[in-house]
Amino acid sequence: MRHFFILLKHELRMLMINPATYIAAVLFLCLMGYLFWAILRGMVNTPEDVAPAVRFLKVFWIPVLFVVPLLTMRSIAGERNDGTLGTLMTTPASRASIILSKFAGAYIFYMALWLMTLSFPKIAVEFFPQTAVGSGLLATSSTLGSIFFLALSGVLFISIGIFASSITRSQLVAGMFSFTALFLVIVGGQQLSNIANSGADLAAWTQSLVNYFQVFEHLDDFSRGIVDTRPFFYYLSLGGLLLGLSTLIIEAKA
Amino acid sequence: MENNHSIYVKNLTRYYGAIAAIKNVSFNVNRGEVVGFLGPNGAGKSTTMRILSGLLPASSGSAWVSGTSVAQNPKEVKRRIGFMPENNPLPDDMRVVEYLRYRGRLKEVPGRKLRASVEEVMEVCDLARTARRKIIGTLSKGFRQRVGIADALLGDPEVIIMDEPTIGLDPHQIQGIRKLIDSLRGRLTVVLSSHILPEIERSCDRVIIINRGRVVASGTSAELREEFLPGQRFEIDTSADKAALLTAFSAKQIEASILDQREADSGRTIYNIRADGNGGLGPQLIDALTQADSSTLHSLAPKEPNLEEIFLAATKRSWEETIESKPTANMVKAEKAAEATDA
Repeated sequence: MRHFFILLKHELRMLMINPATYIAAVLFLCLMGYLFWAILRGMVNTPEDVAPAVRFLKVFWIPVLFVVPLLTMRSIAGERNDGTLGTLMTTPASRASIILSKFAGAYIFYMALWLMTLSFPKIAVEFFPQTAVGSGLLATSSTLGSIFFLALSGVLFISIGIFASSITRSQLVAGMFSFTALFLVIVGGQQLSNIANSGADLAAWTQSLVNYFQVFEHLDDFSRGIVDTRPFFYYLSLGGLLLGLSTLIIEAKA
Repeated sequence: MENNHSIYVKNLTRYYGAIAAIKNVSFNVNRGEVVGFLGPNGAGKSTTMRILSGLLPASSGSAWVSGTSVAQNPKEVKRRIGFMPENNPLPDDMRVVEYLRYRGRLKEVPGRKLRASVEEVMEVCDLARTARRKIIGTLSKGFRQRVGIADALLGDPEVIIMDEPTIGLDPHQIQGIRKLIDSLRGRLTVVLSSHILPEIERSCDRVIIINRGRVVASGTSAELREEFLPGQRFEIDTSADKAALLTAFSAKQIEASILDQREADSGRTIYNIRADGNGGLGPQLIDALTQADSSTLHSLAPKEPNLEEIFLAATKRSWEETIESKPTANMVKAEKAAEATDA
């Protein structure tokens, strides 16, 4: 555990001194700011029941698809390519602590980026106090539910990135693999549901299995305040499995 | 295993797929010894070093470092070893002192001793005044190597393993690293691999030569010389031709053979000869050559084969023996020694 905290501190420090971190953060916030503005504009013309913040967080998959690969592709692949992973593994630090620290570093930064987007509704309220109150810009409970979903799903998404980074020494390959895997998990689940719905009379267990992979359904549930244990199991178990596999891979490919 | 061995390796084998990178490698290193690991590219030096440092598991065989089994307790072995891998990878964005403190923490140097330990290794590696706050990415190759060695020294290891510590360095930097290694002699056990043979000869108490994944020779330079290039060698500068030279030797009953010859100025020839016997041959040779008809002896100098010649002889012999699929003399010797140790 001691090694984990030393490594995590190092990871965060390296994130802080790396210009790429700030570029990724600025790009992320610019894109999300634009999306928030676009949603607000859309709502002016066609009023909706859903709070803008919830609607905004529904497009979480757009930044996830590029931020997660950018954040994680260097973590193991880059270190392996530079040879610094080898020197790290000559210390008494365990493989698990190395992987967990990489995961935690990327996860903390990922969540920090999302938490920064919470300032958007605040900014909107500051600038348009009259309009804001009426449109429910600060729908706290729904926003908290959505953020909770992002925190939970982030475990799986970042784990996918770490796993992709652990299987190769090329950052580009890691990034591409991570992007594809995330696309399959997020959009693939949705497509699976479309295919299932178009077919007739699916068995009950098949239907529940398809629902199990519905990332967007999970977000809807969380934003409505429904906390189901199945998404917890899905994201945490799969995330844990991928991190465990990454630990085995770096041990085998040292 | 015996207690005075800092490193004890027996029948270590590592396969990469169907190919054996090392096969039945056995050797030991005593405490405080500086041992050089020699071998051509792909001989298995790095694989052996990586297994010893706990980076890579062996397919079979066993290795102990300071009495601890590498396979059974790799974490403990890592506490006792300072390892500097080939090419010395370092993070380019960190400052020297920051990096060493970070490595010190990872190597479980107690917090209250961390600052002093880092200062000590920086002092030993001559980094304290010159490169302390410099960013590693801006350092010269020589200073990067020093940072790597300082890292290996952190945490009071009992054994330091350095894979090619002088690769890519200029002669001044090599001299600096050699002095550094000399300063560690007796205090720590040092194992280093290098392609630069004179450097190994000067720095190391003992040499282990590995070829095609097998230990083909082990001992001091003198022992290896005796085993692989026995007899005495001389360089003779004379006006005599080859036939006259051999006649002069046989007249004095000197068993000598000409290894090679080259033409020099003014009709002189320089011969390299090998003669049987130990010591005292020089005066006999001078006597034989001065008494030879119609020839003048210009110079005669004893010539000790250097490590390069020993290395070439040892690896050549192992190649020939491998082709004949017979175990090398040293392999048999190493196996017997290991059996005796076990008994």
